Amino acid sequence: MLYRILVCIAFLLCPGVWAETPREIIAKASVLDDSEKQAKLVHLLADSGGEDVEKLLTLWKEGGIFLLDGPKETKIAVTLGADKDSEEKQAVFRFDTGAAVMDEAGKPLRALASDLNTAETDSLLRTAMKSVMDLAQLAAPDVKQRLRSVETLGMEQNPERLPVLLQRQQKETNSRVKRALREAIALTELKNEDHAKQIAACRELGAIGSIPSQDLLNQIAKEGTPDVQAAASAALKEIAAHVRTVDTVGTLFRGISAGSILLVVAIGLAITFGLMGVINMAHGEMIAIGAYTTYVVQCVFGPGLEVSPFGFHINLPGMNATGWHYDCYFVFAIPLSFLTAALAGLALERGIIRFLYSRPLESLLATWGVSLVLQQVFRLTFGANNVQVAAPSWLAGNWTVNDILFPWNRVFVVVFAIGIVIGVNLLLKKTPLGLLIRAVMQNRNMAACMGVRTERVNMLTFALGSGLAGLAGAFISQIGNVGPGLGQLYIVDSFMTVVVGGVGNLFGTVFSSLGIGMVDQGLQQILGNPVLGKILVLAGIILFLQWRPAGIFVSKSRSLES
Amino acid sequence: MDARIPKRELLLVGFGALFLIVIFPALNAADLVSNFTLNVWGKYLCYAILAISVDMLWGYTGLLSLGQALFFSLGGYMMGMYLMRMIGSLGQHKKAIPDFLVFLGWEQLPSFWVPFSSFVFAACMVVAIPALLATVFGYLAFRSRIKGVYFSILTQALTYGAALMFFRNDMLLGGNNGFTDFKFMLGADLRSGATQRALYIATAVVLLIVYLLCRWLTRTKFGLIQRAVRDSETRVLFSGYSAANYKLFVFVLCAVLAGIAGALYVPQVGIINPAEMQTDKSLEIIVWVAVGGRGTLLGPIVGAVVINALKSWATRAYPDLWLILLGGLFILVVLFMPKGIVGLPAQLRGIFAKRKSAEAEPETPEKVTVKP
Repeated sequence: MLYRILVCIAFLLCPGVWAETPREIIAKASVLDDSEKQAKLVHLLADSGGEDVEKLLTLWKEGGIFLLDGPKETKIAVTLGADKDSEEKQAVFRFDTGAAVMDEAGKPLRALASDLNTAETDSLLRTAMKSVMDLAQLAAPDVKQRLRSVETLGMEQNPERLPVLLQRQQKETNSRVKRALREAIALTELKNEDHAKQIAACRELGAIGSIPSQDLLNQIAKEGTPDVQAAASAALKEIAAHVRTVDTVGTLFRGISAGSILLVVAIGLAITFGLMGVINMAHGEMIAIGAYTTYVVQCVFGPGLEVSPFGFHINLPGMNATGWHYDCYFVFAIPLSFLTAALAGLALERGIIRFLYSRPLESLLATWGVSLVLQQVFRLTFGANNVQVAAPSWLAGNWTVNDILFPWNRVFVVVFAIGIVIGVNLLLKKTPLGLLIRAVMQNRNMAACMGVRTERVNMLTFALGSGLAGLAGAFISQIGNVGPGLGQLYIVDSFMTVVVGGVGNLFGTVFSSLGIGMVDQGLQQILGNPVLGKILVLAGIILFLQWRPAGIFVSKSRSLES
Repeated sequence: MDARIPKRELLLVGFGALFLIVIFPALNAADLVSNFTLNVWGKYLCYAILAISVDMLWGYTGLLSLGQALFFSLGGYMMGMYLMRMIGSLGQHKKAIPDFLVFLGWEQLPSFWVPFSSFVFAACMVVAIPALLATVFGYLAFRSRIKGVYFSILTQALTYGAALMFFRNDMLLGGNNGFTDFKFMLGADLRSGATQRALYIATAVVLLIVYLLCRWLTRTKFGLIQRAVRDSETRVLFSGYSAANYKLFVFVLCAVLAGIAGALYVPQVGIINPAEMQTDKSLEIIVWVAVGGRGTLLGPIVGAVVINALKSWATRAYPDLWLILLGGLFILVVLFMPKGIVGLPAQLRGIFAKRKSAEAEPETPEKVTVKP
């Protein structure tokens, strides 16, 4: 123990080893004659880490470092500047400090590259460099980069890299990288001549449940000696079990996220159709309004937008924002899409639907007319093709847990759906407006007698439902295509969801959307065919309504006709 | 029951039938009406049969079915299968089986295709398949008392599911291209003017028969119960009638009518594909009925012809604005003309009479407005 402490102190005191920057170390190494000493110095670089080391060593390897005779028979490592003058001469800089080298007259020295001696490297040194560079990559501060380099090293299966990996394993702290290291080491050990090591590696791979190693293990299970074969097939079994778990959890998550999408698109309808009894066939177009609003906001944050519907020319200037400023567009798009769709809903209610409260089937027809008109307006304004809505960078990418992929936008939809349900529920149950809404929906005449301004409540309720559809549109734009036919994709599904859930009950909608989403994704996984799955779901819904004609949750009523 | 036909209606129907069945084809035979015009009118009349079937459901029984386009295309598909068989080995691949089956790698005809070489079998299927589907679906739906909006939404789901299914290639019904390139029907060349004329006359005759059948049916006691179901199903139930059976019968009948219309439509138009059975097609038929005037039998015919003639014209003259026009028309009709074109004279008379009476005697303050 004492010895170790002494060594540590000695190291700490030893000048010019720990305190030196990679540049200084390389400058020092390059002027030495003995390649073993050079290699030793280069190995020191492994601890400093970062891309810097990689760049510098590559420069050295490729002959970018030159040696200049300094005072007292010493040599100085230098590099050359980028710009060449008329005589092809380049400025000379000290490698360790980066300062310009002066000639005797005190002027910046310029030299021809061909006149200078390059700092040579031999094979011993190059091997040292390679392992240091690998280690440097393994020591990269960015976790993702580290993971990537570990994975590539593992796939190389080069036994020479094993020490590097083992060395890194001792220092690594991140659990994901640690796992990748175990995998990479085991993969490399598979190539080992020693059967015991091979078997151990198989066990290790099985224990991790390493999916990428399946091909290799399959090969070994066929070719190796009996005991190795047995170990490989045991590992394969374990991996297959792991894959099954990953698939199941993945399907479950996809089911939940599909259910959340359904929930988000249907919750607006649960209000307009479920509570108000208005069959709004233009609900899909309200979703599309939200999606197009997101698109317009994105264009305003980006390069601007020019549209010319019906001969009017509208030019929206763009802010040309970049980076996180641009990514912010979505934060603005969410409330704006709610507002635009709510306003459209308000206009729809005032203009058409308020005349049709007593004729529900006819509200279906009139709103279908509205939906046709709106679709064509979208087509004439934004073109018949889909428009591109780019996801902000914070919604792109995946979150991987134990080989299970959770795309961020899906996770976001799930969280958002939960938020919306809680929000709508609070609005309906805890606010004065919610109280009025519920009163009017339960008995319009009685509410009017009690002095509730039912017209206004109808208007606001419909606007709320439409606004929620607009919100759904903002999210759909992150997941699917945005085009004039967007609404038609979701209209059947959302009506189904509300009907199955039980009209007039928000929680019914929550249950039915999650249920339909799960069943749909589950069937897709089992049948391997999305269309067949969908058809079966529709058939299932028709049969389900045999069993419970009024949906999962029935709102009790004494009225005969309702 | 008043079984007599009023003189005016007799005159109108008689003259209309005479014109459509005899004069119009005769003009075509004499080269005064082009083959194209006759063909287009043949299409309109198929639509008129379809519209009557929707009106029987919606206007008379109060069942807004969004699945009529499905039954229409089912009938069309059955006829299409026969026509595909009649192409024989004249297809592009010069094989004895339809081209798309060759394309899918089939050597022999799948077994369910075999009987469709017979016209009689195909004609039976035109009636049987829609009837079967309607019976099963209708039984399930009416048994559990699914009505009103729920019925509409369920039929919409049924149509949507069926369209998804027909889009698939492994249904062996042509996938999303459907059937086309028909050549012969009952030994006659489908591309000749005479065959098309015969088809047109057949369509017009079927339309007349369907009209008379529905007219008779709606004037019987059955028709009365039908309308009673529309107006108050609960009271019909309490009076001891099984509303579900009545509804099921109408639903199946209308599915068969739609199937026949589809079977007449396909040889005249020369193509059938799953796009025909999408939900918006069903809604379009409902527009025809609403515009023409629901709850009447002339209304759907007028609506189908007027809207489709308008469509033919507008899609050529203003292709961009057609959908806006259709949608707008629909909104206006629902809001301001609940009785459609056929009911317009009566509606105008009503407004006129009201204004006249209002002028005659000054308004008495009857209503007391209550401020909330």
